[in-house]
Amino acid sequence: MAFNGHQREDEGIDEDETPTKQPRSEKEMPGCFKTEPHNEASGSAGRSTSERRTSNSTMRHRADSVKKTRPPFPWFGMDIGGTLVKLVYFEPKDITAEEEQEEVENLKSIRRYLTSNTAYGKTGIRDVHLELQDLTLCGRTGNLHFIRFPTHDLPAFLQMGRNKHFSSLHTTLCATGGGAYKFESDFRTMADLQLHKLDELDCLIRGVLYIDSVMSSGPSECYYFENPTDPDHCVQKPYTLENPYPLLLVNIGSGVSILAVYSESNYKRVTGTSLGGGTFLGLCCLLTGCSTFEEALEMASQGESTRVDKLVRDIYGGDYESFGNMMSKDKRESVSKEDLARATLVTITNNIGSITRMCALNENIERVVFVGNFLRVNTLSMKLLAYAMDYWSKGQLKALFLRHEGYFGAVGALLELLHPS
Amino acid sequence: MAEFVRLDSSTSRHTMDKSITLPPDEIFRNLENAKRFAIDIGGSLTKLAYYSTVQHKVAKVRSFDKATKEAASDKLYEISVQEEVTARLHFIKFENAYIETCLDFIKDHLVNTETKVIKATGGGAHKFKELIERKLGLKVDKEDEMTCLIKGCNFVLRNIPHEAFVYAKHADSEFRFQTTQPDIFPYLLVNIGSGVSIVKVESEDKFERIGGSSIGGGTFWGLGALLTKTKRFDELLQLASKGQHTSVDMLVKDIYGGSYGSLGLTGDLIASSFGKSATADKEFSKEDMAKSLLHMISNDIGQLACLYAKLHNLSRVYFGGFFIRGHPVTMHTITYSINFFTKGEVQALFLRHEGYLGAIGAFLKGAEEDNPNQYSWGENYAGSSGLMSVSPDMNPMQRARSGTFDMLEMDRLERQLVNLPLLQDPSSYIPDTMDLTEDALAREYWLYCFEEALDGVVKRAVASQPDMPEAAERAEKFRQKYRHKLQTLRHQPFAYGSLTVRSLLDTREHCLNEFNFPDPYSKIKQNENDIALKYYQKAVKSLEELSWEERQFALVRGVLAGNVFDWGAKAVSDVLESDPEFGFEQAKRQLEERPWLVDCYDQWLERLKGPPHKCALFFVDNSGVDIILGVIPFIRELLSRGTEVVLASNSGPALNDVTNGELQILTERIAAMDPVIQAGLREDRLTLVQSGSSSPCLDLSRLDKVLAMVVRERQTDLVIIEGMGRAIHTNYYAMLSCESLKMAVIKNSWLADRLGGKLFSVVFKYEVPAGKPSQGSAAGTPS
Repeated sequence: MAFNGHQREDEGIDEDETPTKQPRSEKEMPGCFKTEPHNEASGSAGRSTSERRTSNSTMRHRADSVKKTRPPFPWFGMDIGGTLVKLVYFEPKDITAEEEQEEVENLKSIRRYLTSNTAYGKTGIRDVHLELQDLTLCGRTGNLHFIRFPTHDLPAFLQMGRNKHFSSLHTTLCATGGGAYKFESDFRTMADLQLHKLDELDCLIRGVLYIDSVMSSGPSECYYFENPTDPDHCVQKPYTLENPYPLLLVNIGSGVSILAVYSESNYKRVTGTSLGGGTFLGLCCLLTGCSTFEEALEMASQGESTRVDKLVRDIYGGDYESFGNMMSKDKRESVSKEDLARATLVTITNNIGSITRMCALNENIERVVFVGNFLRVNTLSMKLLAYAMDYWSKGQLKALFLRHEGYFGAVGALLELLHPS
Repeated sequence: MAEFVRLDSSTSRHTMDKSITLPPDEIFRNLENAKRFAIDIGGSLTKLAYYSTVQHKVAKVRSFDKATKEAASDKLYEISVQEEVTARLHFIKFENAYIETCLDFIKDHLVNTETKVIKATGGGAHKFKELIERKLGLKVDKEDEMTCLIKGCNFVLRNIPHEAFVYAKHADSEFRFQTTQPDIFPYLLVNIGSGVSIVKVESEDKFERIGGSSIGGGTFWGLGALLTKTKRFDELLQLASKGQHTSVDMLVKDIYGGSYGSLGLTGDLIASSFGKSATADKEFSKEDMAKSLLHMISNDIGQLACLYAKLHNLSRVYFGGFFIRGHPVTMHTITYSINFFTKGEVQALFLRHEGYLGAIGAFLKGAEEDNPNQYSWGENYAGSSGLMSVSPDMNPMQRARSGTFDMLEMDRLERQLVNLPLLQDPSSYIPDTMDLTEDALAREYWLYCFEEALDGVVKRAVASQPDMPEAAERAEKFRQKYRHKLQTLRHQPFAYGSLTVRSLLDTREHCLNEFNFPDPYSKIKQNENDIALKYYQKAVKSLEELSWEERQFALVRGVLAGNVFDWGAKAVSDVLESDPEFGFEQAKRQLEERPWLVDCYDQWLERLKGPPHKCALFFVDNSGVDIILGVIPFIRELLSRGTEVVLASNSGPALNDVTNGELQILTERIAAMDPVIQAGLREDRLTLVQSGSSSPCLDLSRLDKVLAMVVRERQTDLVIIEGMGRAIHTNYYAMLSCESLKMAVIKNSWLADRLGGKLFSVVFKYEVPAGKPSQGSAAGTPS
């Protein structure tokens, strides 16, 4: 059994069971991760970069060249953020008998372990609902799996890789995110692995464009909220991201990065803000004593909806001040944890909305795509963002969301492995 | 305005102390003549404004009646001290705790019964409405906060030089004051109260709230109180200034291990505010959390402000509101944020009188029928407390109890002041040569110098009013006041904007006026004028005997020698006092021989050989020998060449500088004995104008409107500035769009040293603006 160095065996799951069969939803497994699972977005402190950077990615190679350049399995893409590590794994489903024979035991056990479990150790999660099946990548058909675990558990992950001689597979491990740099030497010393480090924004954009392109058949990757300013009729609707440029890409992880994307290879980082998902959770932990993103969100959702509606309506009018009421001792004493969590969520979300809207105006872009793990299971924030974009632009700005929220960097890293730029 | 009103009820109650007694003379001054009131009540501070009139003694000179002249006296004019009524705006800022006491005091001292309403603004206005109406018997008339704020902002930007400043925590001088811009519009005002309002101001009456944010001072206060259990805003700021945000914030280096090189994001940048506190099992210090919160909010506001500034293409962004109000901590973090987000393209600007904007605006709303904007106003240094009169570093509890009253007084100036039309670039013009705020050595010297001279000034002030027995007592009060100002400036050189020799001199004049010493030099000036006049004809005659070229040199030497006669300079006043025989000829001998310290004489002479100037504007300096034997012969020559001459002199007295009133009489007398001057006056080729100033120095951006008009009409093509105060302490580097001549004798050895010269070194600076070649030696024949 590979990778068994850091996880508990997930008893009750048959190793032979196809993972696509009724996977456990994450809701059934509360507490199987320890800290907040949202995305990184490291350099979010927001200096705007005026020069556009060009990513040299070339997405599709000719079919005949594919085989020659195709790297050996396993195929991983990794994004090591400030809070979460995101891992995408391609599971080939078209393995021939001949291949099966040649396949080394280590490789096989990795595949079995990852695909037959939905939780790894105390904190690792496979987001089964995001899995992409029957995907053709580099001439191979298989399923793409999406896995995450907290960055602070990276040492355990490395220890496992060492124990199981991952390095013997001679695979290139493509990694992006700040952690690819920060932990590069740990990968080398602890697991004898050489990382191929990639720029996180290049990977992010590559990942977004790729996932959107392959999702055209199944459920729509991209969606928006219809009637965002009318709470009673606000519904999620699919959106086709054809001809997406120019678009503003807002990645909300621990911090926030805002990119203006003009083409697949032409984009610039407009700005960023340090008030992101990490701030929401950090403040919630201090104010309410909670310790996970899910807990914090749960509390926020229990805040009184009428109050939040009022906030939404009044917030840009200037009469409302975030936490302004907390200057009063009486009100401080009477406030509930749920209210505090909600106020934090609304404050952070609206601030992101406000900065995004100004960037959209300054860059003259009308389409905004919000990604990042802050939005995971966070419909409240998405609706607030949709509301803010629509209301303050008088319908000119459209807020779009993507189902694979926080995994695009990791996908971009995987693509780099398959089609080096 | 817009201070937070939902204060902790406990804090506002416990400081309510009605037993305090106010030192009335010093705070609610001129209350008996007050006629218009306005009040701005914020969350912790009240700002009261009123208009009042001040009775001053002013020295007036009057020509004797021709018929009675011989009999009356041998003096050439009469000096009389008259009462003059001028208008003054008073603004007082105090803690809300004193509001009731203050209202009682005002009620007891208010004489004027015409006043029926009080304009009110600020979040606390409605809370105290009933109290104000009951106590004062005035109807409270509420005005829109934003309108008042903008009106006040426009007013201070237009009328107070060095109102705006850039804050630089680690620089030699933390405050870098901005010169008044000829056009203050458009600008962005970011008011950080509980929330944030971002207002674009395009003209006096046109402004628009273009944006805002809910994350403001209230967020810092409220969230800070929750996180640290610290209730007071000031205490939170104190906590923050002691904290380390890096233990709470997730930095770029926490994610990357170093910098994110390809984006140029350094490792120390905050990637995620409070990113490290996302854990249940770690304790964080109050200080660290407060610091992190302060950074988070400041950065966020700065970022939004930059985005709005960019969208609306505005480069001037002013910050105000209780979050900023005099707090170095928040000024620093906001400045840092703006620098970061705009890479230095936009500077965060702050205002010295930011706390008064609402009150000023409310007052102006109420005074619209008096049309206050048609006047120019000047900050009265004697009656104003200055920036940071209450140290923000003071323990907040001490501060609350100190009951410090901060004051601002603005005098309505008799003349409307405008730029000299001949400034090459009005927006970059800085009158003062040396900024003592930044130059610690120079500051030390000049403060010492003014302190040393104080005894002499007091003595002369007393001597100028021999018939008034209480003069000595008043002079003593003057001494205390001015000494106190000097001490304040020693510790807070930024109190009234950039500290300069000019501001030190002006402050002294303001203090003298305050104690009714309008013109301590009047008798000395009279005497000197008398003596000098007797030599006038002789001097002119001897000049006429010289060859053209000799004469030109003698004329210049005459102006320079005359300029040695200056009571403003210690080195000279000592000699003048000890040796009354010190004469014009002796002065000439004192002068440095050519080549002078700055010597453009050869170019000037060449220029004189060319065609005459169309019109020369001459800013004159001292009375007596200087004006009569130096300047008049010099301009007489210009008149003879066919150049029109405009003599600009002070509107009001300053030291022994000749005033416009005195100069009128002097030129009349001279005209009576000199046909050239007489013809000049008769044919309107010699004109006397007032500068609009009462300072021994000269600010070319604040000159009488009439002067500017005359200068324009006459197509002035030569500006002559004479004397140390006007040509060295100020305007030494002033760039004009026409030819200019700056003449002065350095009568201060320290300054001479600084400039690389010695006592009585000569500055003769003749400049022709680039692109306008000197017309010297062109075709002209010497007359």
